[in-house]
Amino acid sequence: MPNIELMSGNDAVVKAAIMSGCKFYGGYPITPSSEIAEGMAKELPKVGGKFIQMEDEIGGIGAAIGASLTGVKSMTATSGPGFSLKQEHIGFAVMGEIPIVIVNVMRGGPSTGMPTYPSQGDVMQARWGTHGDHQIIALTPCSVQETFKLTFEAFNLSEMYRTPVILLTDEIIAHMREKVILDEAKNYKIIDRVKPSVQSEQYKPFDNKYGLVPPLASYGEGYRFHITGLTHDETGFPTSNPNTVEKLQERLRDKILKNRKNFDWYEERMVEDAEIIVVAYGSVARSAMRAIKDARRENIKAGLFRPITLWPFNYERIKKLSKKCKKFLVAEMNLGQIVGEVERGACGVKTKVDFLGRANGEFITPTEILSKIREVMNV
Amino acid sequence: MFNEHIFDYLRTDKLPHIWCPGCAHGIIVGSLLRSIEKLKLDKNKIAVLSGIGCSGRTPGYLDMNTLHTTHGRSLTFATGIKMAKPELTVIDVMGDGDAVAIGGNHFIHACRRNIDIKAIIFNNNIYGMTGGQYSPTTPINYYASTAPYGNVEPSFDIVKLATGAGASFVARADAYHIALLDNVMEKALSHKGFSVVEVMATCPTQFGRRNKMKEPYQMLDFVAERAVSLKKWQEMSEEEKKGKFPIGIFVDEQRDEYVETYEKNVIEKAKRGEK
Ligand SMILES: Cc1ncc(C[n+]2csc(CCOP(=O)(O)OP(=O)(O)O)c2C)c(N)n1
Ligand code: SF4
Ligand SMILES: [Mg+2]
Repeated sequence: MPNIELMSGNDAVVKAAIMSGCKFYGGYPITPSSEIAEGMAKELPKVGGKFIQMEDEIGGIGAAIGASLTGVKSMTATSGPGFSLKQEHIGFAVMGEIPIVIVNVMRGGPSTGMPTYPSQGDVMQARWGTHGDHQIIALTPCSVQETFKLTFEAFNLSEMYRTPVILLTDEIIAHMREKVILDEAKNYKIIDRVKPSVQSEQYKPFDNKYGLVPPLASYGEGYRFHITGLTHDETGFPTSNPNTVEKLQERLRDKILKNRKNFDWYEERMVEDAEIIVVAYGSVARSAMRAIKDARRENIKAGLFRPITLWPFNYERIKKLSKKCKKFLVAEMNLGQIVGEVERGACGVKTKVDFLGRANGEFITPTEILSKIREVMNV
Repeated sequence: MFNEHIFDYLRTDKLPHIWCPGCAHGIIVGSLLRSIEKLKLDKNKIAVLSGIGCSGRTPGYLDMNTLHTTHGRSLTFATGIKMAKPELTVIDVMGDGDAVAIGGNHFIHACRRNIDIKAIIFNNNIYGMTGGQYSPTTPINYYASTAPYGNVEPSFDIVKLATGAGASFVARADAYHIALLDNVMEKALSHKGFSVVEVMATCPTQFGRRNKMKEPYQMLDFVAERAVSLKKWQEMSEEEKKGKFPIGIFVDEQRDEYVETYEKNVIEKAKRGEK
């Protein structure tokens, strides 16, 4: 008997986080992410891990970063206003190169917005929410099973690349119940950060010697290293020497971009002969999947490109696809965010980029996408 | 007071420090290190954190597990470290701006939880690093770069704030009365539970210059003249107390510590499958 359970997207995050070896959660409750906090409060102590409900979201991610520095896999989860509050510390984790997973269950905004309604309005905030130039990894699941899987991947990537990873789900995926085949996890890798093998005297927390990702020691194990949010040299001590800073900035960029091929995940359906390719991610991709099938029945050659790794965005793939198809239709629950990235990817080719989106809390249905496909294909 | 062994706890290659001549921050760090040395704490098992500010540069000079966090939020990182690795002695160095302005909320909640973190507040009554703007502890009528007509905001009494919020060890010392400072520091480090040491410090550069005390000795006098021992304080009239502050230990109680309680009441129950 395969091990199958019916669960929500938020439950799947909890299940996968525990199975990934997460031992610390710091957070502050907010709809529609609260079930993750509730689940972690229940499950973590069973495996000897710890949960804390902090006084706000800034504190939640701060505590998770602190815990991560002692060597344990750590996470936080939030939505809407809480995601805004976490931004400063996301930047801290980028600069300090501290592994951590941040789940953001998107809800309607701006401000308190529509707490219980779905949205994909935080796509750009996930990319650029924290100040300063930086790279970020964000993954977007379109089913509960995929939420389960990507939670493992989020922990793995954060550990492999010493970086914060954002799991960007939305209210629909988070609250929807679907079957999850837990046995799938047997095929998933569980990756832990690389620890230093040198003596403590030789250890530098930001050593360039190891290529793009330096090993990370844990507090309390004899390495006595320093981490700051200031630009720093290899020892972790602050510097504003332009050459040193440039090297640091480039390494921070390259460790994500040059490794992107290792986590460049997307799904394509019927793109081979497609004249129109719908670009959709997260819950909206489910509507898009249905819409392209219906369109095919009407003899419209429609296909789907679904980015799973949303950031860094796969401009190259869009460029390749743009040479095959006549049109892109980007469908997203916002007033236009990923559509701009698709335009960048398709820049310089004749393929037209159309857009279907809104931010009123209503889900985008297959019928709507189908009508829009007919409209832009003039049928 | 000089103790050569404190060099064992310093990253001497990172010296000289960035503090101005006459800044009291170094006096406080000296006291902290003497206490650590006296208690023979293992530097591999100490985590020192800070927020952002002149005081925030402290961890960089200490040969321990150190983290220079964000302005006002260091206690949140400290909370994660202490929970995830309780065997570490966690010391959090904060400025007055860190602790009770931007980080005020984290501060009162850390007090309330009584988590075993030693919070050392370098209270120089000003935002030193950013150019002398007024802080929640700048005395009324004193000048700051953002109080060009004199400060009109009443100050926080950090001792009362910490006491009211539930810290189990609360003390105030100052950068002039070193024997008391060392004594209090050592007690705070030995205490189990959230321990607050407010140290009345000086900032001749940003506070002194604007308030006719640009010489470091003038600023130290300013601290020394206002500091009154707790015993004496209790005998003073309200009139006599004006402009002065008591120094000493205000709270020293044994209360359930947060992480221990979590381990006992939550983890044990969860593992046994109880509710
Ligand atoms: C979020 C944020 N806001 C503002 C600042 C700017 N800032 C840096 S240090 C500081 C005040 C420092 O004062 P204090 O905490 O008293 O430390 P001191 O320099 O006096 O030791 C401020 C406002 C910042 N770094 N981060
Ligand atoms: S500005 Fe003030 S607090 Fe900062 S180092 Fe100088 S004297 Fe010290
Ligand atoms: Mg200050």
